[in-house]
Amino acid sequence: MNAARALATIPYARFLGVRLEEAADGLVCVLPFRDDLVGNAALPALHGGVVGAFLELTALVELIAQVDDDRVPKPIGFRVDYLRSVGPRDTRGRAEIVKHGRRIANVRVLAWQDDAAKPVAAGTGNFLL
Amino acid sequence: MADELRRYALAALFGAGRRELVEHIPHCVRLGMEVLHVGPHVARVRLPYREEIVGDPVRRVVFGGAITTLLDHAGGLAVFASLPDLASIATLDLRIDYLRAAAPGHDLVGEATCYRLTTHVAFVRASAWEVRAEDPFATCLATFMVGANPSLSPVARAVRDREGGAG
Repeated sequence: MNAARALATIPYARFLGVRLEEAADGLVCVLPFRDDLVGNAALPALHGGVVGAFLELTALVELIAQVDDDRVPKPIGFRVDYLRSVGPRDTRGRAEIVKHGRRIANVRVLAWQDDAAKPVAAGTGNFLL
Repeated sequence: MADELRRYALAALFGAGRRELVEHIPHCVRLGMEVLHVGPHVARVRLPYREEIVGDPVRRVVFGGAITTLLDHAGGLAVFASLPDLASIATLDLRIDYLRAAAPGHDLVGEATCYRLTTHVAFVRASAWEVRAEDPFATCLATFMVGANPSLSPVARAVRDREGGAG
């Protein structure tokens, strides 16, 4: 399965409206802003859960793009650090596979909004392949 | 209200089925999330099973990230339910272990406990299950920043409405 097909076939990815951007140095996932993703309307800011889910999805898509298999890798654990408030704008995410073992892959993800040098959230997770 | 509950900012909203705690939060409304119970230091929230939150199209298992949303939200409410005075909060970090796949077709329940509250940081543990609380499919640890500006808090309005009304 490739990354585009993964985003098209995973219902939750369609629900979030995540799309792909082909950058020179790899895949970038884009989470377009939508009012119904907001968790705090006073700021406003995206729901922390949405930010975490977007990071996990970005990690999963990167992994699917690298693995020649129709199965979706299963998450074992995922950790999210919330670094900045995630405002009412598009969010981008990029994942890096730290280790690709036979059974387990470890993936790191960063998400940002206006400036890739100012990440809004960082994630890391292990997946069972 | 019992005297021992007076020291909680959210005491007027303690109890079962607190719809007002999610109805001002667009993403919770979109997911159909329900607050089942809020009490001192704890919150229990339900996330209805829907096809659109499935992560694995073959196994029909809910996407892990949707479980993050459930437990982040339950965790945030547990922090609010621990505060003596209303404040704004923000998730600082959250770590989930997916113990097993959640059974397809079941609503998911998440329960969080704020087990330590300091001036600036609240510590939370949480778990999620679909059939029995003793058999969770996910466990979670999270920390939240506790800020000063309660007007930025999504529950501030619910508390205001409650206290301004009959409650």
